[in-house]
Amino acid sequence: MRVTIQPMPGIPLEVPVGEERSTVLEALTRRGVSRRRFLQFCSAMAAALALPSAYGPRIARALESSPRPILLWREFQDCAGNTESMLRSSHPDVAEVVLETLSWEYHETIMAGAGHQAEAVIERVRREHKGEYIVIVEGAIPTAEGGIYCTIGGKTALQLAREVCSDAALVIAAGACAWDGGFVASGPTGAVGIGQAVSGLNLVNLGGCPMNSANAAAVLVHYLTFGEAPPLDAYRRPLFAYGHLIHDQCERRAHFDAGRYVEAWGDAGHRKGWCLYKMGCKGPEATFNCPSVRWNDGTSWPVQAGHGCIGCASPQFWTQMSPFYERLPNVKLIGLDLDAQTIGLGAVAAVAGAATVHGVGMAIKKRRARAVAVAGEEPPPTVEPQPDAPPEAPEG
Amino acid sequence: MAKVIIDPVTRIEGHLRIEAIVEGGEVREAFSSGTMFRGMELILQGRDPREAWLWAQRICGVCTTVHALASVRAVEDALGIEIPPNARLIRSIIAGAQHIQDHVIHFYHLHALDWVDVAKALEADPAATARLAGSISDWPTGSTGNFKQVKDRVATLVASGQLSLFASGYWGHPAYQLPAEANLLAVAHYLEALEWQRDVIRIHAVLGGKNPHPQTYLVGGMASAVDPASPEVINLERVGFLRERVQAMRAFVEQVYVPDLKAIAGFYPEWFALGAGHRNYLSYGDAPTGSIHDTGSYAFPRGIILDGDLRTVHPFDQTKVTESIARSYYDYSGGKEEVRHPWNGETKPNYTGPTPPFEELTTDAEYSWLKAPRYDGKVMEVGPLARVLVAYASGSARIRSLVDGTLAELGLPATALFSTLGRVAARALETVFLLDLMDGWLDELTANMGSGDLRVHDGTKWDPSTWPAEAEGWGHHEAPRGSLGHWVRIKDRKIANYQAVVPSTWNAGPRDLQGQTGPYEAALVGTPVADPERPLEILRTIHSFDPCLACAVHVIDATGRERSRVQVR
Repeated sequence: MRVTIQPMPGIPLEVPVGEERSTVLEALTRRGVSRRRFLQFCSAMAAALALPSAYGPRIARALESSPRPILLWREFQDCAGNTESMLRSSHPDVAEVVLETLSWEYHETIMAGAGHQAEAVIERVRREHKGEYIVIVEGAIPTAEGGIYCTIGGKTALQLAREVCSDAALVIAAGACAWDGGFVASGPTGAVGIGQAVSGLNLVNLGGCPMNSANAAAVLVHYLTFGEAPPLDAYRRPLFAYGHLIHDQCERRAHFDAGRYVEAWGDAGHRKGWCLYKMGCKGPEATFNCPSVRWNDGTSWPVQAGHGCIGCASPQFWTQMSPFYERLPNVKLIGLDLDAQTIGLGAVAAVAGAATVHGVGMAIKKRRARAVAVAGEEPPPTVEPQPDAPPEAPEG
Repeated sequence: MAKVIIDPVTRIEGHLRIEAIVEGGEVREAFSSGTMFRGMELILQGRDPREAWLWAQRICGVCTTVHALASVRAVEDALGIEIPPNARLIRSIIAGAQHIQDHVIHFYHLHALDWVDVAKALEADPAATARLAGSISDWPTGSTGNFKQVKDRVATLVASGQLSLFASGYWGHPAYQLPAEANLLAVAHYLEALEWQRDVIRIHAVLGGKNPHPQTYLVGGMASAVDPASPEVINLERVGFLRERVQAMRAFVEQVYVPDLKAIAGFYPEWFALGAGHRNYLSYGDAPTGSIHDTGSYAFPRGIILDGDLRTVHPFDQTKVTESIARSYYDYSGGKEEVRHPWNGETKPNYTGPTPPFEELTTDAEYSWLKAPRYDGKVMEVGPLARVLVAYASGSARIRSLVDGTLAELGLPATALFSTLGRVAARALETVFLLDLMDGWLDELTANMGSGDLRVHDGTKWDPSTWPAEAEGWGHHEAPRGSLGHWVRIKDRKIANYQAVVPSTWNAGPRDLQGQTGPYEAALVGTPVADPERPLEILRTIHSFDPCLACAVHVIDATGRERSRVQVR
């Protein structure tokens, strides 16, 4: 199909839309991204997703033939921290390759249009691409008193969320607030995450405050390649990013095992990079790939910079992990870390329910047969986490 | 007469709605409304004051780090803590990096599209664009080949029919006045600035672990340890990394940002005469060279300018800050007529607006989730322009030379600063000023390491058992968008009361009981509107303030509402 647009008054331009949308590879080629660099990116994505390296070429095949998907980024009770996180991503070529390649059509913080012209974009995408587009939600959704605590264009966030997400092929909750209400859930506005506000979504939750954009990119790549979300845990978080304890990936772990702790801020141990556990670090009971992916082009992460982890990728972390400067109970301080591992069991058990949830994801996918064209790639077998305890049902 | 409604105002942080009455081709009256409420200060009650900064920082992810700084300063003020020099320096470097990066992002990614017509860039001749670029700067990417590549990229985007984020702009609007080549130049630098901001903010990753939301503040100092003998913490190698980023900042600011600003502003001289508003300006001052209590040592001086009179800088007294809720969706226990100082502030949300979905606000009654801050009863504008004017009027030599030099180049009088483009220019000038400060802070940190001063934290009050039963304090910071204050009351080692009065509340707030308009509302009066369906000119003046609405809407609750809390196992 071709339509006529007017980039400038008096200068109509006939352009292809819909079925003729360009593919990811075509868009990249036009941007001067070489095939070699594209393949490097695909391999890096396979690694990020914890897939065997053989999946690199399969990702490449899929991206070569996927139509450039439409992305709508909708913000509600947010701080735009996840938006900023996305704008900071550069490792490994993540945002550059995937995000600029998406047809990113709505995002309040950075889009050119305003007012009703902006809102018309969402209406058009819903009408013309029903069941095909991807939505990223940032911020919580207030449900108290009819939703009057957040309105955009005169409509409540709740109404807007239902409208835009119900017709989406995939919904990604970016950050703690969109996932489970974040800190806003502790306030008076009845704030909840998108999964609670709108049911029946093909949803991926990317916890974190903010979420790490490398993980968002990996989820998008997986979706474009296999037509479905990557394997998820019981909280619908991707296992590749949320399946392992921070404590087990931490560069200060050897100090913990050897009983070398920071005892006071700025002391000799702090200056030598010793373990922050006694200063309140939540690494032993929090899961996330923060220590391996790190932040801002892999430059650092909070523990490396000298402050304890606050468990920001954990469920209801603001209430579950605070007080942030008190140490976790029942962890043996010197020698073996058996007790720390026991504490970690709860966190890992939560991710162990993954296989079941993954199955649900498949069912949703079948129901959405019209979703973004899939390049015929079979999804990889579910990647099981390596828990230190037998799987059991997560709490809640 | 037409009513122009812009909702959402995009290219800002948060959710802002503007309603304007347009008559005779210009704005006669305007209403600014924040349309989202979360309740941060309510959430802070009952918590450990030492972790307040972690929560408060989440007020905003765009102005990330600024609320963390104001929060630790408030608690330190309450408890009488003086931080070591290294902690002051690390905080200053983090704040300076935020400031510089944020201003450049504002200019290119949030504001430029009000002046730059992306579609018109397609008409540009790349060779002529290169000549234009060469005439204003020797920035190395100003080649014909580079501009051709950017033009092709835009052309491809347009031809694909998938214009992405550029899809719904006001392209072709008659108020766009740049020649095609200047548009192409700005689009090229829009894309370059995207790359630049990712790199330079790695300063925050080194000192704070990540951006957004750096995680190394402490009440009493910083958790970023300093030791030239340790490979694990801030050492000379890492300071060298920071220096490289500051050099990259300086290169882009001096060779791209400032020349672009002057070039673009030169095509819009009338905007140096529009958008002034009340002409009252407030700066808390910041960038201390010693104790935070020694306000005379601030590189950005503290003070107030009234009615555009640059001959007098009035002193500032924080006890004269109050907030009115007369036209806001809140109640006070003393009624809507009451005004309250932040230490005694309270917030009882009470939405009285129209039931959604709605077309128009009830602008003759309450119409915003923002309160209306006032100083001694007066409306105040805060932000880069206020800072620069207070510094200028206070006699800061460096600011005077920057301001006078720029005005002379543009052929403008000092009064031209009271305007929409005056705000934009002041933002760029203070960015240059900050770069000098950044170099000095890095030098000082290096010198301290050399002399063996490795302290980053004063732990004498870390243990809450050392605190008095009751304490109150205020922490302030000149954030990129203006004067930010956090007020805290501590009782029995817990937060009893907390309030943030933030830059965008000062600027975007609604009318008060006396009917005095807020700064946005006043600045919009007289703004020309050529096409009410596409109110580009309104966006220009609103964006010149760099709105941040998530920051602006806040709440405190003095009633000590019960909060359910799950204990850590």
